[in-house]
Parts: sequence; structure tokens; C-alpha cells
Amino acid sequence: MTKAELVERIADRTGVSKKDTGVVVNMILDNIGQALLDGDKVELRGFGSFKVKSRRSRLARNPRTGDSVTVPAKQVPYFKASNELKGRLNPDAAGEGDSGD
Amino acid sequence: MTKADIVEDIAQKTGLTKKEVGETVDLFLEEISKLLVDGHHLEIRGFGTFKVKERKERMARNPRTGDAVPVPARRVPVFKVSKMLKDRVATNHIM
Repeated sequence: MTKAELVERIADRTGVSKKDTGVVVNMILDNIGQALLDGDKVELRGFGSFKVKSRRSRLARNPRTGDSVTVPAKQVPYFKASNELKGRLNPDAAGEGDSGD
Repeated sequence: MTKADIVEDIAQKTGLTKKEVGETVDLFLEEISKLLVDGHHLEIRGFGTFKVKERKERMARNPRTGDAVPVPARRVPVFKVSKMLKDRVATNHIM
């Protein structure tokens, strides 16, 4: 499935035009991306949350040469799925509850 | 930032009603969820890829009692951030 197909499916159900739906979908992605760039988190109930983790700088090795190199500190974006979504993927495991969101 | 903030921002910029934007956002998330439930993946250029990974059964421990308990095989939703977004975020706001 591509974004275009996704947009078409959504537009079919809302009655909002495909063009506007496409714009809205792109703006959703822009909003999430911008929040991550700002170091903000985005919580989407029932779906999951997008956050940024800080990684400290560390010493690593170039596997080819064996030289040690410093990997600089950086920010890493990640997605944490909601328990609801995790549960929907495992309908037989109902009640297995892992904690947290 | 929550869904309401996103809906508000988009409604303001597009002139669409909050209801229209809200329904679109909800369906967007619901369609992605459904794809994952069906075992499909979705690649969004410049943003990332949503997919499902299979986790095998493994033994874990109850941290309180120390008992070994089996964690059953399960499917987990994962999101792989696109290289573009990852690189842009990486160099930002180093603390």
C-alpha cells in the first residue's frame, strides 16, 4: 500500500476530497517530523507515541581498520506503539498485559 | 503534542473544519493500524516505514520472585525512521 492508496481510502470514507486529504496527510507527517526536530513528543491515543531519545557520545571501532572512532552524541527519533495497537496484533494474548503505554 | 494540537494546526492552515481534519487524522491512524494487523507494512517516503515483526517465545524472569516465566511468541509493531528524518533529528538539540 502506498500513501496515495491510503489517501484514497480515507477520502472515500470522509467525503473530504482526495486533494485535501492528501494535504492533510502530508501535514500530519510534517507536524510529527517538526515536533521531533524540536525535541518534542507526539502522543496519538490508541496508536502510539513518537519521541526523541538522547544518545551520549561513545567510542566505537571501525570494523575494517580497527581504529577507534568517537561516535558523537545524537538525538534518535523512535516510535512506541500503544498497548491497544500491540493488543490488536495479538488478539489471542488478551490479558497478557505488558505495562506502560 | 497530541492529536488535538495537530488537528487544530491543520484546520487553521487549510481552512477545513476541525471535524473534517479530525476524521481524516483518525482514519489515517486506523488505516495504518489495520495494515499492521493484517501483517502488511507501509512505507512513507521521507518519514519512515511501519511494519510488523515476529518475536519468538522466550523465557524471562519475574523480577520479584525470580521465577522463570515463558513470554509467548507475539507480533510487535515497529516503526523504522527514514534516514532523512533520522539524520535531520540527529544533529538537532544536542544536550
